[in-house]
Amino acid sequence: MNPETDNRLADDLLRPVLHTSRGFYIAVALFSSIVLCGAATWGYQIYYGIGVTGYNWPVFWAFHETNFVFWIGISHAGTLISAILRIVNATWRRPVTRCAEVITAFALMIGAMFPLIHLGRPWLAWWLIPYPSERGLWPNYRSPLVWDFFAINTYLTASLLFLILPALPDFALIRDRTTGWRKRVYSILSMGWHGTPKQWHRLESAMHIMALAIIPIAVSVHTIVSFDFSMALVPMWHSTIFGPYFVAGAIFSGIAALIIVMALLRKLLHLEAYLLPLHFQNLGKLMLTMSLLWGYFVFNERLTIWYGNSPHEMTVFWSTQTGKYAPLFWTMVLCNFVIPFPLLTIKRLRSITATVIASCGVVVGMWLERFLIIVPSLSRKAASFSWGSYTPRWPEIVIMVASFAGMALLYLLFSKLMPIISIWELKVGQHPQIKSAAKVQDAEAAGELV
Amino acid sequence: MTAIYGLYATPNSAQRAFDKLRAAGISEKEIVVMSSEPLEEYAFGSRDRQTIMPWIAVLGAATGLAVAYLLTSLTQRAWAINTGGMPIVSNYTNLIIMFELTMLGAVFATVLTLMKTARLPGRLPKFYDPEISRGKILVGVGRVDGSRVASVEAAFQSTGVETIKTVQ
Repeated sequence: MNPETDNRLADDLLRPVLHTSRGFYIAVALFSSIVLCGAATWGYQIYYGIGVTGYNWPVFWAFHETNFVFWIGISHAGTLISAILRIVNATWRRPVTRCAEVITAFALMIGAMFPLIHLGRPWLAWWLIPYPSERGLWPNYRSPLVWDFFAINTYLTASLLFLILPALPDFALIRDRTTGWRKRVYSILSMGWHGTPKQWHRLESAMHIMALAIIPIAVSVHTIVSFDFSMALVPMWHSTIFGPYFVAGAIFSGIAALIIVMALLRKLLHLEAYLLPLHFQNLGKLMLTMSLLWGYFVFNERLTIWYGNSPHEMTVFWSTQTGKYAPLFWTMVLCNFVIPFPLLTIKRLRSITATVIASCGVVVGMWLERFLIIVPSLSRKAASFSWGSYTPRWPEIVIMVASFAGMALLYLLFSKLMPIISIWELKVGQHPQIKSAAKVQDAEAAGELV
Repeated sequence: MTAIYGLYATPNSAQRAFDKLRAAGISEKEIVVMSSEPLEEYAFGSRDRQTIMPWIAVLGAATGLAVAYLLTSLTQRAWAINTGGMPIVSNYTNLIIMFELTMLGAVFATVLTLMKTARLPGRLPKFYDPEISRGKILVGVGRVDGSRVASVEAAFQSTGVETIKTVQ
């Protein structure tokens, strides 16, 4: 690639970092105010107790836990997909990876907040941290919640490193193109990156090794989140299929979130030349695969329970098929399978708009799926005297909305810190045929080819 | 001693400069190349490829595994919890912690090796040029004594250099 192309590419991708529009400030103000409402609501919940929510015996896990599982699932969009595409050397991945990795980092942070939000006394959350305790209690390594602590923190640490390390060359680029405080900030962030062949090679080696490590970590995270449920003897929870079922669902919802984010970035940051219809088509195909896989898991899980005909499980089963939760269940099937299937299967329909519509449906459907795993089972436990119901009240709804606003806010702020598409990776990937052609032309000019 | 570098617009001209410098008797170790993208398809960009990073990652993983095993088994013995017929040291469940810390060990070892071998964080070299970020490729010689200055400059000039700069 020649310097002119280099500069155009860098100018395009650095524009959102170096220039701030009025729309940015308006969006930040809007999302900040929603996040503040959420924080105030959480304060209200802490002050008056968890009783202000719809939580009541026997349903003590509901919206907050649904959001926890949902956001951890969304986090699978990024680092996992990026790592897989990096390992299989999918060249089309280059504009997509950073958009995706950012989702992972922020979705994990937001998801990990929900167990704290659910705690009546969140200031005691540090009891989860393994330390020699004066209280005579040692965190129980047999508890799935402690497994969560280790898994989520491992994934978050690895994902942040996976996001930040390849950003060093881009930080160096901004350092060299700015002055004043920005130059000082990016000088620190770039850590003295200067782009020798040794640095490039070490960076690529490190990214490859980390990609190999991150794939099993990501799979383990959502498997462990599924253990929060499947380790309990609650109807329709105690299932061996839950691990892979959750992982498939997480990747499914993650891809959907990634497509929505990419479409928004494409429109708002004018990245039409970089986020191409091809990227949406390829991700759409991946989402279609996950939709089929998800359908396969749901069928397996439901068929096994129906065939087993255990009375406790059948009570929950029918409450989701024809009972109180049936509208939510069938909406989920509609959103996760019926709508995406034709939109993503028929090539003529698989446009950016159609992919985004399917993705919006999948995000809604997968949120419903988490809700339907948690609430109906707790409402209809084995002993019928412990049956109950759950209706959300405003605090958990406001907190949920605030979590979405929080995600948007973090993403917006991040787009001011770092180019949302990795510039150097895009340079490497763009027009390799031009590189080869230039190489031949230069060799001819130098008289090396006869 | 002075440092001399030239800025090139294309990797091909940078490669020719690299070859000319070698022909002028400058050793490969003395020649510095910097670019804003990896150029591993060129000879100058494919130097220094030998690394033990994967083995260090394996070592990090083994350390993580050992730490996790000790953390879980020793503490379960020290603060025994009797639950539902499970053994005091329940390795089945501890495997989850062991797996996570093994992978974390591998990740940390990889990052530390990257930092150490790529000399990060560090200061910018004295002849770093911001034009690199505008797509130029820097080819330079860090320590040139007076007798070799002319031959280095001649090598740059004969290979389509855009700018030659000298840093004392």
